[in-house]
Amino acid sequence: MVAGVKNWVRFEFPSISENISFARACSAAFASQLDCTLEEIEELKLVVSEAVSNSIIHGYGKRPDGVVVLEITLREEKTIDIVVEDKGCGIEDVEQALQPAYSSVPDRMGLGFVFMQSFMEKLEVTSEVGVGTKVRMVKSLLPSGEDYGD
Amino acid sequence: MHVELESIRDTLMARIKGEIDLATADELRDIIDDRLKKEKFKAVILDLGGVSFIDSSGLGFILGRYKKIKDQGGKLYIVRARTSVSRILELSGIKKLIPVYASENEVFQN
Repeated sequence: MVAGVKNWVRFEFPSISENISFARACSAAFASQLDCTLEEIEELKLVVSEAVSNSIIHGYGKRPDGVVVLEITLREEKTIDIVVEDKGCGIEDVEQALQPAYSSVPDRMGLGFVFMQSFMEKLEVTSEVGVGTKVRMVKSLLPSGEDYGD
Repeated sequence: MHVELESIRDTLMARIKGEIDLATADELRDIIDDRLKKEKFKAVILDLGGVSFIDSSGLGFILGRYKKIKDQGGKLYIVRARTSVSRILELSGIKKLIPVYASENEVFQN
């Protein structure tokens, strides 16, 4: 294992919406090895749900024949690193996509990236039209017994 | 996801259980919209007491119902949202549009 890495996992699954709850549940179960708070687990579930949903809706246009890759790395310093990747259509303008309330699909609220930015310390989105999109989110978890307060 | 619909006077009560995400939001929308097509209601109450998770797809479902019911001259209320769900409703700004109460009794009292 790479120095500083406590554990890691990588899943690949078809781009069907039934797999979103699977991705959430796996992420929550895996991250719990870091002794997370319940609030942190809820936040991780939400950001994974948003990133995987984006791949299915925007990356693959709800086509079921795409592949979504979810990779989670737990580091010794109690940091969690989540990568969600697709080989879908890509994002033409990443800066625009990151704007609150922006959505290319009618009836969607454009909150996916807002939640990822709110709950994670670092959000990196790399995308190329026709090639795919990679979303990387990093968060340092609190030492046991502490909470975020208000 | 499971939803039970009940008519209480001129109000439609939708008791939702499970998780609301991309996989379940469309089915939920269709069930509720189908009922709204068949009957006229002055108010719709979404009971989220049994909802353990919601993401932006779920918020889209709620906002869509809000617009639809408002267009029909009715009102939408949310009751019994758990702390984790309530937090997401707050962050999304939905609470500024849709009244959130602890129980349906509070809705009827108000």
